[in-house]
Formats: sequence, structure tokens, C-alpha cells
Amino acid sequence: MPMYSLILRSASHFLLPLLLLFSIFLLLRGHNEPGGGFIGGLVASAAIALYLFSMDVKAARQVLHIDPRELLGWGLTLAVLSGVPAVFWHQPFFTAQWLTLELPALGEVKLSTVLLFDIGVYMVVIGSVLTVLLALADADDARH
Amino acid sequence: MLFAVLSGFLLATVAPWLHRLFGRHSGWALGALPLGLFMYFGSFLPEIQQNGPLVIDYPWVPGLEIRLSFLVDGLSLLFAMLISGIGFFIISYAGRYLESHRDLARFYVLILAFMASMLGLVLSNNLIALFVFWELTSITSYLLIGFNHEDEDARKAALQGLFVTVGGGLALLAGLVMLGMVAGSYELSEILTQGEWLQAHPWYLPIVLLIVLGAFTKSAQVPFHFWLPNAMAAPTPVSAYLHSATMVKAGVYLLARCYPGLGGTQTWLFLLGVFGAITMLTGIVMAVRSTGIKRVLAYSTVMALGTMTMLIGLGTEKAILAAMVFLLAHALYKAALFLLAGVLDHGAGCKDFLQTGGLRRAMPISTLIAALAALSLAGVLPLFGFIAKELLFEATLQAPRWAWLFAFAAWSAAILVVAVAAIVGIRPWYGAPVQTPIPAHEAPPAMLLGPAVLALLGVFFGLFPWVIAYGLLEPAASSVYGQPISLPLALWHGFNLPLLMSVLSLVLGLLVYRYWDQLRAQTALLDQWVRFGPERGYEAAMQAMVRVAHWQTALLQNGYLRYYLMATLLSTVVLLLAALALNASAVQFYFDLSGVMLHEYVILAVLLAATVMAVTTRSRLGAVASLGAVGFGVALIYVLFSAPDVGITQILVETLTVILLVLVLFRLPRFLGLTSTALRVRDALIALTVGGTITLLMLSTISTHYFDSISSYFIENSQPEGYGRNIVNVILVDFRALDTLGEIFVLALAAVGVYAMIKLRADRLKKGES
Amino acid sequence: MAFVVGGLYAAAIYMILRRSIVKLVIGLVLLSNAANLLIFTLADMSRGAPPLVPLGALQPAGAVADPLAQALILTAIVIGFGVLAFAVVLIHRAYEVVGVDDMDKMKDTDT
Repeated sequence: MPMYSLILRSASHFLLPLLLLFSIFLLLRGHNEPGGGFIGGLVASAAIALYLFSMDVKAARQVLHIDPRELLGWGLTLAVLSGVPAVFWHQPFFTAQWLTLELPALGEVKLSTVLLFDIGVYMVVIGSVLTVLLALADADDARH
Repeated sequence: MLFAVLSGFLLATVAPWLHRLFGRHSGWALGALPLGLFMYFGSFLPEIQQNGPLVIDYPWVPGLEIRLSFLVDGLSLLFAMLISGIGFFIISYAGRYLESHRDLARFYVLILAFMASMLGLVLSNNLIALFVFWELTSITSYLLIGFNHEDEDARKAALQGLFVTVGGGLALLAGLVMLGMVAGSYELSEILTQGEWLQAHPWYLPIVLLIVLGAFTKSAQVPFHFWLPNAMAAPTPVSAYLHSATMVKAGVYLLARCYPGLGGTQTWLFLLGVFGAITMLTGIVMAVRSTGIKRVLAYSTVMALGTMTMLIGLGTEKAILAAMVFLLAHALYKAALFLLAGVLDHGAGCKDFLQTGGLRRAMPISTLIAALAALSLAGVLPLFGFIAKELLFEATLQAPRWAWLFAFAAWSAAILVVAVAAIVGIRPWYGAPVQTPIPAHEAPPAMLLGPAVLALLGVFFGLFPWVIAYGLLEPAASSVYGQPISLPLALWHGFNLPLLMSVLSLVLGLLVYRYWDQLRAQTALLDQWVRFGPERGYEAAMQAMVRVAHWQTALLQNGYLRYYLMATLLSTVVLLLAALALNASAVQFYFDLSGVMLHEYVILAVLLAATVMAVTTRSRLGAVASLGAVGFGVALIYVLFSAPDVGITQILVETLTVILLVLVLFRLPRFLGLTSTALRVRDALIALTVGGTITLLMLSTISTHYFDSISSYFIENSQPEGYGRNIVNVILVDFRALDTLGEIFVLALAAVGVYAMIKLRADRLKKGES
Repeated sequence: MAFVVGGLYAAAIYMILRRSIVKLVIGLVLLSNAANLLIFTLADMSRGAPPLVPLGALQPAGAVADPLAQALILTAIVIGFGVLAFAVVLIHRAYEVVGVDDMDKMKDTDT
């Protein structure tokens, strides 16, 4: 499957970190501007898919550091857990909780269960897309 | 009370362990429950006699007005005591009778569950609860009849019983729901006081027909009587319990229960009286015609059920009392006789009267019990059966209509009943000894206790009827009749017409018995006729049902996806277009192109062109590429019309889709021209019709707003409550986070599914190679 | 717009009615696009008014596009992708096992 194109390969080396950063940026700003977990996750998976095409399956897995299936599981767990804190304040499951921190360097930072949930979504999207793509690519490699 | 009713179910769940614990004495141990229940129900008697009926209420599904409420009055107590009292004898008897049967534990479970259902049925005050218990008895009796499930006949008989009673149960449900709607309450205690209102209501006739249908199937009235004799495939204790004392009387119970509300009309008299009389005669004729021990008893049970139905139909004070007395007398002697049939089977291996004879030396106690029970069945003077028979004659003679007809029918039936009693009480025991399949020996005490007590009770109640009359039968009859009944029960009524009828029936009945063999030979023609009876109809109906199911399955489940789709799509389109056409005046097509800009036209045109391309192209790459083009076109529309998030998502997904298709599709074969041009044209027409309908629908709905969108709430509260300025994202992760959670779970599931499909195969390939 | 959606529907259904499974999948993609557009169109289309609240404001200035429909479509797109992936791999496996692309020949369950 890998297409040995030098241009693509070197381009993807540079593009990958950029795209991944961009995806995290999209994820974090998603609450206020266009973006969010779904979009961020898709961008990240597209980035790794690009890498997969230019290099090979093994390299793509190494970039990821973690098995996409695990990512999937943790994402789901995180998303579910983000609903739990509300229960302690006797509110319905999934009521958003906000925590505003005043950090000296960064100014005001808002942490919220909503953000946790969005991160969960982000991880699930990456996890599932890559589970599918990597499995397919693996099968493809096994064939050749 | 709740615990008392449900205790049978509870005990049933632990019965197998108890069985293992107590071994061969488990029958006695488990029998303690019905015995205790019998006393418990008995303890209510003085109370209801003083204070009248008692309603005990537990809320169950309050929203649907389903309450688990129990009505304790004379009628329900009479039944409850019969069920628990006879239940005790049955269970202790079965402990010995089925001792060597490997499924005895299962028997205990089923019979206890059945007993509990039956108790629930007769004690329920709520119509729905009553129906639930009614169906539970059908199901448990199905399992009990088919207890010897390795025997095909037993399975067939069980299924037959189930179909007939559950079919009737459906009618009953409809009838009960209608009754509840008309009466405005599902509580029997409230419904039954509204007799006049119910009988004047236009739904009266359907209600009565449906309920009576349910009762008739359960109580084996003609033309549904055939399942009862077939159900004799069950083990004898089951037959004794279900088909003499309890289940088949559920129908009688229901009719008696409904009498204050529904009874007393001409319809009621005609339905119950006539069908009851016909059943009575059919049952007893078939009983005399049969030779199998249990079959004779079963048909005579059919006769008894017909008699009780007829008496409830007649509906006079005397008839109701007669029905209750008859019910008790019948339960006593019929249960005893059925249990004796088991003794004959167990002790001599006989299942047919023709195999028996001269057993009185080998089985003296059984002979005595049989004689007592048979005398009660025949209605001979000092026994309880005599009182029942006298009352029956009196009630028919005083019937509100066709009195002579009913009396004659009852009298003719009585002649044959005497003959049956003689067959049961004399045939196996006296005369020349016959070689029996196994050497005859007396049954163990556990198996004789039940029949002995039941038969002796028949004598006792006959001699001292006031014992039972005051405490149990009068309250029972009063609660059926709706007003207090107090008719003194006495053994001796003096010399009158009923007595004359009684004596004549005895003489003629013994004559019939004398010439029994000849009689059967001469009426062999009847068998020919019976073969075309309702059982034939039942079988034909079953076969027809199977055929219809085959035909329907072949038609609907043809296995072609596109035909399913076509049917679904075309019916949707037809319905939608019909709705549009019907409301043509109200539909306005919103059609305004003025605001559309040039670049938007271009995008739409490209989109359509790409779509056409994707459909028509013969190359796979072309199809994928044009699909991509369609996707990006759609994304552009999203972006142009103020949906940046959606647009971005669409673009990204489109990219990944193309990658996916490239990875997979190229391993699939090239497109083939699988269909002919004519089919293509047909499909294209269908597709265009659907597309056109959607277009029309959109044009007509785009300008209509039937209700305010809930979006405004999200728009207004996104920043104040969700602290987010991207409203779409706030909806996704905050307002509707639970939905999103579900969606990511779906996504994860799809991924895991894909992974499983690919990886498992890869592993198998590896294994195959190594 | 209505015509485009109608056209997409027509194309999708035509493809779904084909015997080839590959075409069925293409039909599915088209159908999900068509359905998304249908929802989108029915929920008031407006230009240049994304459902965003300006910085510092509590509510968006003036009317904006319907955010609920957008949220629905957004998830629908992503799920559509998941389902598509599943379908594509499923038919791929089916093709490997059965060896045909013709649904009529896949009718027997015991192949």
C-alpha cells in the first residue's frame, strides 16, 4: 500500500505534527469557534492517514504510540466519566461543571467537564477511524 | 393475602431443592403449603359471613389502573379452598405415584406454579390481573399436560389444549377490556354492582359473547370440548387436579363471577343454558361410549361442566345454589375417582375398563372408596351427590323458560351418569377376576389417603349438609346471585317429582350398564360421526394456518433486498402523495428562486452532474471520484449557508471515505451489467418517483412551521448557561451530551466490528498457513 | 435546493435497487448525503449567519442558522462514516467468502 513518493514522504513528515497540533487547537477552541471534538478528531485521523499512505502501517502505529483500540476505550471512558461529577452535586447526570482557575502566566483558564467530554469524543473519533483504517491496511499488507 | 397467592410460585422455585432434601417424602413436605393455604382461606369464612366481601388491594401499575387487588367472598373462597385442599391431596399423592419418575421435581415446580396461578385467578379482583392469572393457568397446564414430553400424543394434546384455551383467552381479554371500559373500572367489586347499566349498554352483547367464549374454551363446552379428553395424556395426578377440580372450572368460575353484572338476560339464558345442556348431553354420551378409564372420567367431567354452565345460565336462586352444590360434590367425587384411576394404573397396570374385573380381593380399600365415590356420582340417597342431583332437577323444573326441555335433558343425562357410575364403581372390582398387565396389589397409603378422604367427605356432607351449607355454600351462592340466598340444604326433600326422576334415572341407568357392551357395539356408527366433529375443524384450522404462513412467508420474505425496498418505498410514496393530494387545497408550494446567487447555481449544477456521474459510470474509480465530488459539493453548501462546523466535518469525512473506499473497493470485482435495460428503466422510474415526491414534500413543507423550534432555547442559553459561543458545539457536548455519548458509542461499535471482521480472518489465515 | 435533494434521493435509490453490492454502498453514501441535506434545507437556510455568539455578547446578534439541525447533521455525518466503514468491510468479507458481487447469489445462507 505505501506509495514511495519522496515528496509525499517528506511533506508528511512536516505536515503530521502541524496537523496534529492544529487538531488539538480545533478541539480546544471548539466551544467558542468552529471546531470541537468531532472535527479535531477527524483532522488528526486524516493526518495519520496521510502518514500511513506515505510511509507504512508500522510507522503510522509508531507515530500514534498507542493502539487505536485503546484510544477508543479510554475516549469512551473519559466521556462517560465526565458526566459523573454532576451526580455529586445532586444534579442530573451530565450537567456541566465548570472550574475557573487563575493561573499567573496564562490568565484565566476554564476547566470543565464539557471539555473532558469533548476530549473523549476526540479520542473516540481518532480511535475508531484509525482502528478501521489500520486494520484494513494491515490486511492489505498481509496480502502482498 | 398477596403472599398467600404468590407463595405457590415462591415454593415452586425452590421445589427441586426441597425434593432432593426430602427424597421420597417430598410429596408430604411440599403438600404442607396447600394444606396451610387451605386453613388460611378457611379462616376468612367467619369474617366474610359477618362483614360481607373483603377487598384487599395492592397497587401494581397504577397508571394503567392495574391493581393487584383480591376479592374475598364466598365464591372465591369456595374455589380457593377447593384448589388448596385438593392440591394437598394431589401433591402428596403424586409424591408416591410418580416416585420413580425422573422428572418428579419438575412436576412439583409446575403443579405448585399452576396452583398459585389458579388461586390468583379465583381471588383476583382486577380484570387484568385475573386475565394474567388466567393465561398463567393455560401455560402451566400446557406444561403439565405435556409433562411426558417424549410422548408425541402428550405433546400434541398439550398443544391442542394450549391453542384452544389461549385462543379463548384472547377473546376473553377483549371482552374484559371492553367490560372495563364500559363500566369505567377494572375492579370486579365495582363492576358487578352496575348490572343494569351494563345490560342496557350497546356493547353488552359483544362483551358477553367474548367473555363466554373465553369461559367456554377453558371449561371445554361444546364445540370446544375435544381438548379435555385428549388432555388425559397427562399424568393422572394432573388430570385429577386440572381436569376435575380446578382448571376446567375456571370457566365456570368466571361465568359465576360475572353473573351479577352480566347474567339474567335472555342472551345469557340462551347462551349458557343451551350450550351447557348440549355439552352435558354430549359429554355423557361420549363417556358411555368410551372404555378408557380416564377417558370415561374426562367425558363425564365435560358433562359436569356443561351442567354447571347450564345452571348458571338458568340463573334462578335455586339454580345458582344447585351449581355451587354440584361444583363441590363433583370436585369431591371426581378427584377421588381420578386418583383411583391412577391407583388402578399403578397397582394393576390397567388403563382401560375392558382390561379390568374382579379386583376387589386384591384392592379392597380401593373398591370401597370407588363405591362411595361412584354412589355420590350416581346421586344415591345418603350421599352428597344426591343433594346435588335433587337440586339440579328442581332447578331445571323451575327454569324461567323451556323448563321441561331442560329438565328432560338433565334427567336423560342423569340416566347415563348412573351408567357411568356403575362402570366406574362396579366394573373393575366385581365379576370374574381378569388377568391384569401387572399383578394387582393395593396402593400405598399415600395414594389412598386422598381418594379416601374425598370420598368420605361426600358421605359426610350428604348426611350433614348443614355443616357445609351455612359456612361455605350459601355465601358462595349469595355472592354469585348478588343477594343473600338462604335455602336450607337437606338430604330428604320429601316425595316429589325430583325424587321420582331420581329413582327412575337410577333404574334406567343400571339397565344401561347391564347392556353396556351391546350398547357400545350398536352405537359404533357414532364414532364415524365424531370423526367429523369439532376436532376435525381444529385440525383443519391448524393446517390452514400453517399453509397461510408458508404462503405469506414466501411472498413477503423472498430474500431479495430490492423487492423489500421497492415495497417500502412505493408504499411510502403512495401514502405521501395521497396525503398531499387529499390536502391539495391547504398545501402551498414555496417556490422562490429570486434570492439564489449565481455561484450557488454553479455548485448545485456541479453537485447534480457529479451525482449523475456517480450513478452512470462504469469505472469504479470514476464512481469513487464523483462520490467525492458530491460530498465536497454538499460541504460547500453547508459552508455557504452558515454551517462552518458541519462543512468542515463533511470535508474531512469525505476525505476519509475516499481513502476507505480506495482501500476496500478495489479488491472487489468490476461493475457488471447484471440487469436488463427494462429493469433499469423500471428502477429508474421508481427512483425518480421517490425523488420527485421528496422534492414536492420539501417544497410544500419548507414554508410551514407548525410549532416553534426548540433551537431558540439553545441559541439563547448557549453562552449564559453553556459558557460557549459555538452553539453547535455547545449542543453537542453540553445540552445533548447524552445523545452524543450514544453516538460515539455507535462509532466505537462500528470500528470494533470492522476490526473484528478483518483481524479474526487474518488470524485464521495465519493459522491456516502455519 | 429541493430539486437537488430530490435528485440525490433518486440517484441513491436507483443505486440501492441494483444487484451489485458495491453499487448499493455507493447508493448508501448518496442517501446519507441526501438525508443530511434534507434536514439542513428544512431548517431554514440563511447565508452568512453561523450560529456563533460574538465575543463578549450573551446572545448572537440577530437571527442565525438553526444550530440544532447542524448538530444533528454533524453527528450524522460522522456516524454515517462509521456505518459506511462497517458496510464496506462487511461486503468485502462477504465477497471473499461467497466470491460474487451479486446479491441474488448470496441468498443461500449455507454458502
